[in-house]
Amino acid sequence: MTAHLPISLSFEALDYMMPMSLVLNSNGVVTHVGPTLRKVLPGKVLEGTSVFRLVEMRRPKKLTSIDQVREFNGAKLYLRIRDTHSTPLIGTMTCLPGSEGVLLNLSFGISVVEAVGRYGLAGSDFAPTDLTVEMLYLVEAKSAAMEATNQMAHRFLGAKTEAEAEALSDELTGLKNRRALDQVLSRFLAGKNRFALMHLDLDFFKAVNDTLGHAAGDKVLQEVARILTEETREGDTVARVGGDEFVLVMKGLTDQVRLSAIAQRMIDKLEVPITFRDDLCQISASIGMVSSSDYAEPNADQMMDDADVALYASKKRGRACYTIYTPDLRE
Amino acid sequence: MHGLIDRSLESFLRGTYGDEFWMNLIREIDPGFDSFEPMFRYDAILTQTVVNQAAELLGKTRDNLLEDFGTYLIVDTRSERVRRLLRFGGVDFTEFLHSLEDLPGRARLAVPDMDMPEIEVDELSEGAYVLSICHPEPGFGHVILGALRALADDYGALALLDYNGRSGQTETLSVDLLDMSHTEGRSFDLAAGTG
Repeated sequence: MTAHLPISLSFEALDYMMPMSLVLNSNGVVTHVGPTLRKVLPGKVLEGTSVFRLVEMRRPKKLTSIDQVREFNGAKLYLRIRDTHSTPLIGTMTCLPGSEGVLLNLSFGISVVEAVGRYGLAGSDFAPTDLTVEMLYLVEAKSAAMEATNQMAHRFLGAKTEAEAEALSDELTGLKNRRALDQVLSRFLAGKNRFALMHLDLDFFKAVNDTLGHAAGDKVLQEVARILTEETREGDTVARVGGDEFVLVMKGLTDQVRLSAIAQRMIDKLEVPITFRDDLCQISASIGMVSSSDYAEPNADQMMDDADVALYASKKRGRACYTIYTPDLRE
Repeated sequence: MHGLIDRSLESFLRGTYGDEFWMNLIREIDPGFDSFEPMFRYDAILTQTVVNQAAELLGKTRDNLLEDFGTYLIVDTRSERVRRLLRFGGVDFTEFLHSLEDLPGRARLAVPDMDMPEIEVDELSEGAYVLSICHPEPGFGHVILGALRALADDYGALALLDYNGRSGQTETLSVDLLDMSHTEGRSFDLAAGTG
């Protein structure tokens, strides 16, 4: 039965095979310390010290005598070093044949990253077969890769915020947004271009959203955008400035008869029901209009405000109609 | 080519020859951006163009520039990571040389789509090694040559290194290790941030 024959191992061999091992005598007193463990355990002279003064054996249960330890031959033990850091260790032990002694082999387990720094350990402190160094490599490589990814995410977030801030179009409809509208108005005003401003607000849009959902609402807004673009000329501006609010800038056009015709045609077209899946979405629009030619010194804020007043008048008259701004609307 | 490689090359050129040099270079190549993203992939032709163009602007040979790049990866504090990750390969220069065959595997542990050449290390006689470096893109041999020269210093070893040429996809280097502990070398702490 050669399998049961004990093997003999020199301490030198033990030191490079298991540099974190302890040999204890029958009283639990340390008789040999592995070279790596010597750098880790507290105290200069470890031989002759009771193992229970060096480490605390916590699990599977609190062990305070060597006889208790012996019962856990081959089990996984959880320990803590009795130093200021209470560094956790894992270990396993075996009773030595032919004596009452015990061989206890230890490792840092998951606490290894902190432990190598704390005790100043080097690659040569671990057995060649020990994967500790590979694990440390992996931890470091992973953090490097993660750091690169994080930095990239931050760069992209910055670029996205910047791009959004500079964006001039409304994402859903592709129309211009308020920022673009402001730019157009200030350009027109600075260049003394004549133009009309229409403030258009959808009627009954909320009902579509509420009864058929946001997908239907989005479809309607896209249809509205298409119609408004069709009913305007190149050079005119159609902007979506709120949920269901649009502002149109008609370049060079201040003739009230023509503006009225355009406004009415838009309302008519917007009233044609829009199909969404199996449902028909019925909306309309109210419009308020102003012309730059009605002002001695037109400015954007005043014109927007007046168009708003005219829009409100349309709403008050029962919606689905247009109003050209006159000062008496404010009375 | 993996962006980490392109980005490192960019850092080397920026760090060594200045941001202005880099901006001139990238403007001339005009890839549509002025900085590489480390986690993207780029066409290998672009990487080669950067190397060729930089070498031309600097009046250096391509081989020398790549070798300098390899040295930079080990020596410069901005790429301290690379040095550290490589030093995990072995406790001394010999062990490190033997670990080079694992290098592509190690790199892929951290970044699965990393491109690294396959490396074979043969010890012809004691202390005399031949390294075969195989990759479809030429140039890795010179980068590794530069890196190994710097790493020999880092380990405190005295070694003679030579580039023996490229045949097919394989570049060969010879390493003659004269003295394992010629100097103290630079210390290496397993714990990050301590040395």
